[in-house]
Amino acid sequence: MNQALTSKRITLGEGGLTLVFTLTTVLCVYAAIFAKDAPFAFHAALGAAFSAWAVFAIITRYSRRTGLPPQEINGVPNYNLGPIKFLSFMAMFWGIAGFTVGLYIALELAYPGLNVAQWVNFGRLRPLHTSAVVFAFGGNVLLATSFYVVQRTTRARIAGDLAPWFVAIGYNFFIVIAGTGYLLGVTQSKEYAEPEWYADLWLTIVWVVYLLVFVATLMKRKEPHIYVANWFYLAFILTIAVLHLGNNPTLPVSLLGSKSYIAWAGVQDAMFQWWYGHNAVGFFLTAGFLAIMYYFIPKRAERPVYSYRLSIIHFWALIFLYIWAGPHHLHYTALPDWTQTLGMTFSIMLWMPSWGGMINGLMTLSGAWDKLRTDPVLRMMVVSVAFYGMSTFEGPMMAIKAVNSLSHYTDWTVGHVHSGALGWVGFVSFGALYCLVPWVWGRKQLYSLRLVNWHFWIATLGIVLYISAMWVSGILQGLMWRAYTSLGFLEYSFIETVEAMHPFYAIRAAGGGLFLIGALIMAYNLWMTVRVGESSEAQPRVALQAAE
Amino acid sequence: MSFWNRHKIFETNSIVLIVGILLVIAIGGLVEITPLFYLKSTIEKVDGIRPYTPLELAGRNVYIREGCYLCHSQMIRPLRDEIERYGHYSLAAESMYDHPFQWGSKRTGPDLARVGGKYSDDWHVAHLKNPRSIVPQSVMPSYAFLASNTVDGASLADHLRTNRVLGVPYTDEDVAKAAEDLKSQVDPDGAGAADLLKRYPKAVVRNFDGQGGAPTELDALVAYLQMLGTLVDFKLYNEKANLR
Repeated sequence: MNQALTSKRITLGEGGLTLVFTLTTVLCVYAAIFAKDAPFAFHAALGAAFSAWAVFAIITRYSRRTGLPPQEINGVPNYNLGPIKFLSFMAMFWGIAGFTVGLYIALELAYPGLNVAQWVNFGRLRPLHTSAVVFAFGGNVLLATSFYVVQRTTRARIAGDLAPWFVAIGYNFFIVIAGTGYLLGVTQSKEYAEPEWYADLWLTIVWVVYLLVFVATLMKRKEPHIYVANWFYLAFILTIAVLHLGNNPTLPVSLLGSKSYIAWAGVQDAMFQWWYGHNAVGFFLTAGFLAIMYYFIPKRAERPVYSYRLSIIHFWALIFLYIWAGPHHLHYTALPDWTQTLGMTFSIMLWMPSWGGMINGLMTLSGAWDKLRTDPVLRMMVVSVAFYGMSTFEGPMMAIKAVNSLSHYTDWTVGHVHSGALGWVGFVSFGALYCLVPWVWGRKQLYSLRLVNWHFWIATLGIVLYISAMWVSGILQGLMWRAYTSLGFLEYSFIETVEAMHPFYAIRAAGGGLFLIGALIMAYNLWMTVRVGESSEAQPRVALQAAE
Repeated sequence: MSFWNRHKIFETNSIVLIVGILLVIAIGGLVEITPLFYLKSTIEKVDGIRPYTPLELAGRNVYIREGCYLCHSQMIRPLRDEIERYGHYSLAAESMYDHPFQWGSKRTGPDLARVGGKYSDDWHVAHLKNPRSIVPQSVMPSYAFLASNTVDGASLADHLRTNRVLGVPYTDEDVAKAAEDLKSQVDPDGAGAADLLKRYPKAVVRNFDGQGGAPTELDALVAYLQMLGTLVDFKLYNEKANLR
C-alpha cells in the first residue's frame, strides 16, 4: 500500500478507460455524421462529448493525483465517499425534475390545453416522468445508498478506483440519453423499458460494472457475514440485469438509426414485458428499497433488526414469489388462462413475505417508538414502511381476477402505484437521504429538523389527496364502463366517463403539487446542511436529546 | 446443525449467494414464459392475419413514437360490457406479428383494438388535428403536426427486412416494393393499388389525409387506425375450433 502512495503509475483502469473512451469518441463522431435520423445524430453527438470529457477527466485526474488512495488510514477503512456525494446530489436533482414533470402531466389530463407542442404532449412526457422518478431519482438513491451501505457493513473501501465513478456518472449519462430520447419520440414503447437499443446497451455495460464493484466489495469484506441489506441489494442488481436482458433483445433497423424492433411478438412480448414490468417494481422499487430499510431504520432508531430469522424467510420467499406475479397485469387478455391463474395465485401469496418485511421494519422500532415524536426523519421512514404494508395488501387484492376486471385500465392502478411510489419508495428515499447527506458530508446534524417536519406533513397530505382521488376516479370509471340501463343498454358513452374524471384529476394534481413542494423544502434543507451544517434552531433539540 | 445455521453458507460466501438468488428468481419466469413459445393453444389458428403494409407499419411507428399506447389499449377483454362497447374480444393471433405488442395498460381514452372502419377518414383527420373540435370533453393532445411530416419511404424496406428476420412473413416482393407500396396505398386510382391489395388483403387504399403529394405521417397513422381489428372475419370465426 505504501508503495502505491509513493510511486505513480498509470493503473489498468485509467489506461483501459482512456482507450475505451477515445474509441467511443471516434465511433460517436462517425455515428453523428452519418446518422439516419436526427435524434440518433443528437445522441451520438452527446455520446462523443461525454466520451471526450471522460478522457479529459481521467487524464487530468491522473496528472493531479500523487498515488492511489489507501484502503485504510490508521486501521480505519478509508471509505470512498465521492461517488456517494455525486449520486445523492443527482438523486435530489432528478427527484425534483421527475416530480415536476409528473405534476405537469397530471395538469395536462385535467387541462388538456397544456399539450402545447409535440415535445411536451402527454404521450412523450409520461415515460419521461416514470423514468425520471423510478430510474433517475430511485436509481440514484439506490446507487448512493448501496455504495454507502456495502462499504459500512463490510468495513472495506469500495472496490475499484475509477469503477465506482464509472457507474455513478455512466448511469446518469444513460438517464440523459433516455430522457432526451422520450422528448424526441425515441421509444420502444415497452413501459418502464422505453429506451432504445443503444441506451440499453450502454446501461448493460454500466450495470455489469455495478455488479462487479458490488460483489468485489463484498469479497474484500472484513466482516465474516454479509449483512442482510446486502442480500437485498444483490438480489436487486442481479435480477434487474436478468430482466433488462430478457425484455430488451431488439434488432436495430440500422446501426446508425434509433429505431429497432423487439425480438418478441404479441402474446409472448406481452408476457416478457410484464414479467419485466412487475419485477421492476419487485426488485428495483421493493428489494432495493428494503435494503435501505434494513440499514437506515435500525441505524436511525439505534435498535437492532427485529428478527434475523424473519429476514431470512421473507428474503427468499419474496424473491421467489415476485417473479411469478407478472401475469396479473394481463388478466382477461389473450394471454392463456393458465398463465393468468398462476400469476394471480402467486400474487396473493406474495402478500405474506411482503408483510414479513413490513413487520421486520416496523418492529425494529420496539423500545424506540418514542423517537417518532422527536425525530421526523425516522417518522418518515416508519410511515414509508406503513405505506409499503398498505400497497402490498392492495396489490394482491387487485391481482384477484374479479377485482382486476373492475380496476384494470382505470386510475385505481395509477393510485395503487403512487401509494407505493410516493409513500413507500419516496418516503424511505427521503429518510435515507436525510440520514446520508450529514453522514457523507461530515455534518453532525441536518440544517433543520423543523423543515423535515414541514416536508413530512406537506408530502403526506399530498399523498392522501393523490391516492384518494385516484381510488374514487378509478372505481367510478370502472363502474361507469360496466353500468347498464334497465333496458339492457350500456348506460354511459366512453366520453361521459372521461368527463366525470375531471375533478379528481384536478385534486390529484394538487396532491402532486404538495408532494413537489415538500421535495423543494427538502432540497433546500439538504443544500443548507452541506453549505452551513446545522442551524441554531437545531441546537436545543440536540441538547434535549442528550438530556433524555 | 439447525436450519438457521445452514443459512450461514449464503451469508459467508458471496458467490453461493449469487447462485442461490439466480436459481430462485429463474423458476417463475421459466415456468410462465417458456411454454408460451411451444404450446400450440397459445395462439389460435385464424384466417386473415397478415403483416402490416408499409404505410400501416409507418403509422404504427408513429403510434408508438407518440405514446398513444399510454392512454389507449388494444385488448378487448371477454367481458359483456367490453364486447358490447368495442366488439369481439381480442385474439392472441391478432397481435402475432406485432413487434412490440400494443395491448396497453390504461384507458384514459377508449380501446382501439377494433377502431378500424368505425369512423371516416375525415373524422380521424379532424380529430387528430384538434380532438376537442369533434369531442368537446376530450383530454387528448393535438397531433396536427403529423400532417406536415412526410413518411421516409426509402428506409421502409429495411424496416420490413428487420421484421422478417424476427419472423414476420414478408416476401421478397413485399420488401422490394416497400417504397412503391407506400405510395400506392394513398393513391386508389394508381396502377399499384391492385397489386398491393393482392399481397395485403383488406388493406384500405385511400388518400387518408385528403392532401395531395407524398404520404404524410397523418396518412400513415389513419391507415393504421383504419385497419385495426378488421383482419379477422368474425362471422366466419369458430371459437370452438381452437379448443383442445
